[in-house]
Amino acid sequence: MDWEMVIGLETHVELATRTKIFCSCTTEFGGAPNTHCCPVCTGMPGTLPVLNRKVLEYAVKTCLALNCEVTRYHKFDRKNYFYPDLPKAYQISQLYLPIGRNGKVPIRVGQEEKVIRIHELHMEEDAGKLVHDNWIDQTRADYNRCGVPLIEIVTEPDFRSADEVIAYLEKLRSTLEYLGVSDCKMQEGSLRCDVNLSVRPVGAAELGTRTEMKNLNSFKAIARAIRYEARRQQERIEMDHKPVIQETRRWDENKDASFSMRSKENAQDYRYFPEPDIPPVELDGAELERMRASLPEMAEARRARYERDFGLPEYDAGLLTGTKALADFFEETVALGLAPKEVSNWMMDVLLRTLKEKGLEPKEMLLTPETLGTIIRMVQEGRLNRTTGVKVFQAVFDENADPAAYVKAHGLEQIRDTGLVETTVREVLARCAAQVEEYRSGKEKVYGFLVGQCMRALKGKADPQIVNQTLREMLKNG
Amino acid sequence: MKITEEMVDYVSVLSRLRLPEEERARMALELERLTDYMEVLNHLDTTGVEPMSHTFPLKNVFREDEVRPSAPREELLANAPAADEESYLVPRTVE
Amino acid sequence: MDILDLSALALGRAIQKREVSVEEATRAALDAIEEANGQNNAFITVLPDEALARAAAVQRQIDDGTLTGPLAGVPLAIKDNICTKGVKTSCASRILGDFKPPYDATLTEKITAAGGVVLGKLNMDEFAMGSTSETSYYGPTRNPWDLGRVPGGSSGGAAAAVAARECWYAIGSDTGGSIRQPASYCGVTGVKPTYGTVSRYGLIAYASSLDQIGPLARTAEDCAAILDAIQGRDARDGTSLERDYGGLLASLDGNLDGMRIGIPAECFADGLDAEVSRRVLAVADVLRGRGAVVEECTLPIMEYVVPTYYIIACAEASSNLSRFDGVKYGWRAEGYRDLTDLYNRTRTEGFGDEVKRRILLGTFVLSTGYYDAYYRKALQVKAVIQQAFDRAFARYDLLLMPVAPTTAPRLGESLSDPLQMYLSDIYTVSVNLAGLPGLSMPCGPDGKGMPVGAQLVGPALGEGKVLRAAHAFQLDTDYHTLRPQAAEGGAH
Repeated sequence: MDWEMVIGLETHVELATRTKIFCSCTTEFGGAPNTHCCPVCTGMPGTLPVLNRKVLEYAVKTCLALNCEVTRYHKFDRKNYFYPDLPKAYQISQLYLPIGRNGKVPIRVGQEEKVIRIHELHMEEDAGKLVHDNWIDQTRADYNRCGVPLIEIVTEPDFRSADEVIAYLEKLRSTLEYLGVSDCKMQEGSLRCDVNLSVRPVGAAELGTRTEMKNLNSFKAIARAIRYEARRQQERIEMDHKPVIQETRRWDENKDASFSMRSKENAQDYRYFPEPDIPPVELDGAELERMRASLPEMAEARRARYERDFGLPEYDAGLLTGTKALADFFEETVALGLAPKEVSNWMMDVLLRTLKEKGLEPKEMLLTPETLGTIIRMVQEGRLNRTTGVKVFQAVFDENADPAAYVKAHGLEQIRDTGLVETTVREVLARCAAQVEEYRSGKEKVYGFLVGQCMRALKGKADPQIVNQTLREMLKNG
Repeated sequence: MKITEEMVDYVSVLSRLRLPEEERARMALELERLTDYMEVLNHLDTTGVEPMSHTFPLKNVFREDEVRPSAPREELLANAPAADEESYLVPRTVE
Repeated sequence: MDILDLSALALGRAIQKREVSVEEATRAALDAIEEANGQNNAFITVLPDEALARAAAVQRQIDDGTLTGPLAGVPLAIKDNICTKGVKTSCASRILGDFKPPYDATLTEKITAAGGVVLGKLNMDEFAMGSTSETSYYGPTRNPWDLGRVPGGSSGGAAAAVAARECWYAIGSDTGGSIRQPASYCGVTGVKPTYGTVSRYGLIAYASSLDQIGPLARTAEDCAAILDAIQGRDARDGTSLERDYGGLLASLDGNLDGMRIGIPAECFADGLDAEVSRRVLAVADVLRGRGAVVEECTLPIMEYVVPTYYIIACAEASSNLSRFDGVKYGWRAEGYRDLTDLYNRTRTEGFGDEVKRRILLGTFVLSTGYYDAYYRKALQVKAVIQQAFDRAFARYDLLLMPVAPTTAPRLGESLSDPLQMYLSDIYTVSVNLAGLPGLSMPCGPDGKGMPVGAQLVGPALGEGKVLRAAHAFQLDTDYHTLRPQAAEGGAH
């Protein structure tokens, strides 16, 4: 029997606001435990939440970018459950009137195009972090992340493969980055995904029983977990003749397997009710239109513009606009007065390759557009040859060091002193009399050898154009 | 409505209260008496009435996204029944 | 004359005229507390050293002219569910242990800015859940008029302390009558302001959509001055209202010409004690004498108010009280095996019976399958109740009602039958459900010599009208000046 998987995603995105959703503590990542906390976000008695205006703005922008209907009148609700990472014992979220509904996200897998439907988008607060200390056999609760603003984006069960899921997530990440509403750093947990998955025979109308997988913190893990879980469910039905149990499963990346998270004292009844401490939010039409108008140019629009205005090939334009950081880098370098095509070539050939080698995301690099611009300009002006330029690029990349200073310190400046070049070429020709004879007798191939000898004598720093010109003249006149 | 001891157990688990055996039956009776009394609300036809979750039509109350200093950690942890110098301590959470 | 018998405003004037020093007043109150607290148990925490240090500081500010308000230097006490920085705030519950909040409630800041000298923290029903102040982990408060009777609740400590002349005014909270009903039982004047008038930041929540902080004092004038000082929009409370605040005290002129007052017939039906009924209706005559037009009206919602209130209040409470779990603050049980056991033991042993009953009821009405039948229905009825008040206030400036069906019951009479106790909240809870201002003032003793309270209810933001009528009543009567025998000249 042929099986297909049916997948829906719940994606939690941390919003890149400066402060938490309901208090003025910083959202900065990685402070010492419990140092980004106050009475409000640690749930002290008597404290009250006040909504961060920026969170609403970011959520609305995301709704608009994902083609959601924005709920003009919406409210917050309390989701009640006990856990030590949730100091109030309720999470402020949205159930009854989420801010966004019925969105659409077009994706492309290979040549196939498809639309993923968004069921809803809502705002909520993040929980804290629990770290078990085996030495004292106690769990430490750190509330720095408590109250960091999240949006949760819930799709319809529209995915049929891991590739579709990854394509959607890449699209989502790019969209969020272009909007500037999130850093989308998976390793810091600012983009997290729960996967709801079931399997069914191809052609079946009914959905199978689904499981929910949590703890997926990289695209790679998501793809592997999906393939694993689909196979597990399928084998359970086909080989063990057992039904799939509806449950939450935790993905263990080290073991490359998912495990049931069932626990006994866990009746899942969150007793949602409207949050009495936060008045409802009503967006008026004008405000919504203003936000729509303020949406930044997204990836597709930029790619089209690069093709149209800069004459870049579709492939290059697509790659450069793959992340906002890269596209911004490109535009800022071009803005320094350099030819777009030349900048594109450098980024495609050199920068992207370097990032890949180092396993870095574009937004993580320290290198600035100014530095790349300086290197390109030095090559264009003939002060460096391109090969040396690439070496300089690699040398300054990590620390964004000053390329001019590097060139000077390492004596890499190209030799443009025609007198020195003439002297050197003359010496080489004298030393290689035999090869000169061969060349003159018609063996054109030898020319390359002679150029190489000259460049070596000039320690590779000579302007190749001058060397060529001098060599040809001397061979002709000699 | 009949409130069974099982229902009392269910809400006890949800609210993390563990009633002694002899109190479960009493609580079931009390809750039944209270919920029976609450049935009087069904005498009132509320078809089409919008539930009023907030008393006044107050809306759009926001804070600006400006960072203020967090609280000193020792002040927050001072009230904790169990803490070390940087965190609250709880028994092992389920893996 | 005993300075303890002065109203808060009279003491404030005496302090400004240097007839009484802040320290003198503070010492007099501390002595009175020392004497009375063993009997009435109005205070959970007394702060003699802090109060005297504060008195000296306030006196300096008065002397150098930086503190001139009508309440500057007047000592007061605060209900123990309002946060006071560094001072134990217990909600009269075991579960809060020795919780010392690292922050002040907005109320505490405002009272401090007005020159208040805080004498201590007042006893109450545990988590403000109750009508008798008997459910306190720190033992029951007793009524100064008769130590065998309850002072009412949940702000029983506040009402008892003001009645027993242990302080000139007190700050309480009112979720379903918790200021007005004890004010009534103890013969003092208390106001539950319009929801959103006084910031709730730092008030430990019982039912967030109903809780309001308010004053208990000797006179309506005192209450007006206190409200002027404590109300105001607060950026830390998203439900606090933007409005023109202040000027309440200045607006009290005793004139009720043309004021229209309705008496809801439904509030004087079965279940109301005859003497209470007579006393409350007699208020109408005094108000007429001041120019008001008083007539019978209808408020056809009374049978729905108590169930609606208990569904909403308990639902919110079940959520609000979940944070007390033995992890971040307060008390933690011993002998737990694991996390769930820690939660169960701490909460089971840390909360009293009444609190547990309300948490369970609230959890039930929110749980899957019952939400629509109970909670959602209650929110709908709440809207109907508000509409009924809207209709009444389209015709009347104020409503005159009883506060409670009887005067103060004896200790131990009420707790045995929770439903009966809940039903006695019938005249007060609707005011919270509709978010309205309500005032309770003494209108004479019953046959046993226990104070009867009359309630004036105004439209939203109608504190001015309510206080105006109460002040006019107090100009023509002296019930508010009566002093409990037990508090006269020391213990008897």
